[in-house]
Amino acid sequence: MSAYVLTDSWTMTRRELAHWARQPVQVVVSLAFPVMLLLMFGYLIGGGRAVGGAYVDYLVPGMLALTMAFGLEGTMLAVTQDLNKGVIDRFRSMPMADGAILVGRSAADMLQSAIGLVVLIGVGLALGWRPQGGAGGFAGAVGLLLLFRFAMLWVGIQLALVAGRPEMVQAVQILVWPVGFLSNALATPAAMPGWLGAVVQWNPMSQTATAVRDLFGGPGGEPGHVWAAVVWPLALFAVFFPLAVRRFRGLGR
Amino acid sequence: MADTAISVEGVHKTYGGKKAKGKEKALDGLDLRVARGTVHGVLGPNGAGKTTLVRILSTLLRPDSGRVEVAGYDVVADARAIRFRIGLLGQHAALDEELGGRQNLELFARLHHLGARHARVRAGELLERFDLVDTGRKPVRAYSGGMRRRLDLAASLVTDPEILFLDEPTTGLDPRGRAEVWSAVRSLVGGGTTVLLTTQYLEEADQLAGCISVVDRGRVIADGTPDELKSRTGGDRIDVVLRDAGQLGAAVALLPVPEAGVSVDVDRRLLSAPVTDRMTALSGVVRALEEAGIDAEDVALRRPTLDEVFLHLTGPGEVAA
Repeated sequence: MSAYVLTDSWTMTRRELAHWARQPVQVVVSLAFPVMLLLMFGYLIGGGRAVGGAYVDYLVPGMLALTMAFGLEGTMLAVTQDLNKGVIDRFRSMPMADGAILVGRSAADMLQSAIGLVVLIGVGLALGWRPQGGAGGFAGAVGLLLLFRFAMLWVGIQLALVAGRPEMVQAVQILVWPVGFLSNALATPAAMPGWLGAVVQWNPMSQTATAVRDLFGGPGGEPGHVWAAVVWPLALFAVFFPLAVRRFRGLGR
Repeated sequence: MADTAISVEGVHKTYGGKKAKGKEKALDGLDLRVARGTVHGVLGPNGAGKTTLVRILSTLLRPDSGRVEVAGYDVVADARAIRFRIGLLGQHAALDEELGGRQNLELFARLHHLGARHARVRAGELLERFDLVDTGRKPVRAYSGGMRRRLDLAASLVTDPEILFLDEPTTGLDPRGRAEVWSAVRSLVGGGTTVLLTTQYLEEADQLAGCISVVDRGRVIADGTPDELKSRTGGDRIDVVLRDAGQLGAAVALLPVPEAGVSVDVDRRLLSAPVTDRMTALSGVVRALEEAGIDAEDVALRRPTLDEVFLHLTGPGEVAA
């Protein structure tokens, strides 16, 4: 690692920010998409499920977790696009710090996800969602959500490096949906057939959603679930981070 | 060796790794030496291994075996040291298409650790030098081919590299764009930069390079100055253009030149033959045509073209163009 890791990573993060400034519509669309899902499930589809409280109090934390999971798609798409453009050759032939391309990507994606959380929380509050967990619970919940996003980020980078081509991203994007919905984000496992409920409860995303619901003090939360929402993302990170870095370093082989 | 900028010894590269079976070798024991401050042309058809060579030299790709040194550093062990000293103009634009010209140059200057202020100044200089000041905030994806190439070249020069790699720098450019790139390359060499240039255009190598390596199937099959390569195919040639293509056959039979090396182009009513002694051949050909009553439009002596050199070196049917 060189002395320039931070400077170069910051330069690469700024490059992403410059992209946002160039394509404000794309940024707005990516922020609006989860809001649209939230409204759709809140008003059109959901409502009558046996969640043990107001559905909006169950749904909003679930949507926050789901949005973090779907962030994987954006990361994957951006990395694949970068790798398939000529500019990656210029980056790799310059004396920039090894990890700066990936670190810059993750910083920009985390920033976008944080903004996404703020927007979604704002819309949730407007819909009548009232977190009860106090400031500490609120901060803890946001922290768990971002931790989960961080793990998804490295899963996304690794998948992008393995898939390689933008066409492959579509295949993964289609798979992200069932995996995302096969969770307790929108419905409680208690209302599902037994085997499905079991699968859903094991989904790492469900761990985060359950813990976050607990910290927000709403229905569907289980006390003592926080550890699972910490361990799962850390485990994913521990697996995918070294894989992604190794794969990236090996690009020239 | 202080006067050697690039040294390549016995380099092999097969995509998919050493053990990949049935895959063709991109490089098959390639040797090359480029002297400091010169322009070295690497000439070859598509698939000869030119791009693979440039990617190895610019540390983007690792060789399977062999030794490669750039600016005195090993490409595998000291890749980073090399990256401080090289510029790369690849076959495809290595630019951020979403950003503008100035943003691109500042980005690359910062990644070369020039510092914010210095990077801004440098970007300004390069925009000026490559006539890109007026592009404003327009993203690169809206640039014309020539503008993109100029910006790409500017981007490879943000730090005044010791060694510049140009991989088919004028492929796909119109004649004006080509002339612009050529003049930029010439002015660089005046400043002491070593340039390694790959090309499919024989004229380009002839125009720019002091030394040429002809590459085919991952090996160098000939090298030398353009003149040396030309003389290797048997010296000068005589071209005769007739008024009537129907007389080409008769002309070939009666000309005082060895029939083996004669080539005939019916469309251009042209026959071309190698000669040993220039003046004897010229006067002999003119006299023979007069005596037989064959009307010639043009008779001329010339050096062989690099196309003929290439055909001679690789055998017929190897050159697409």
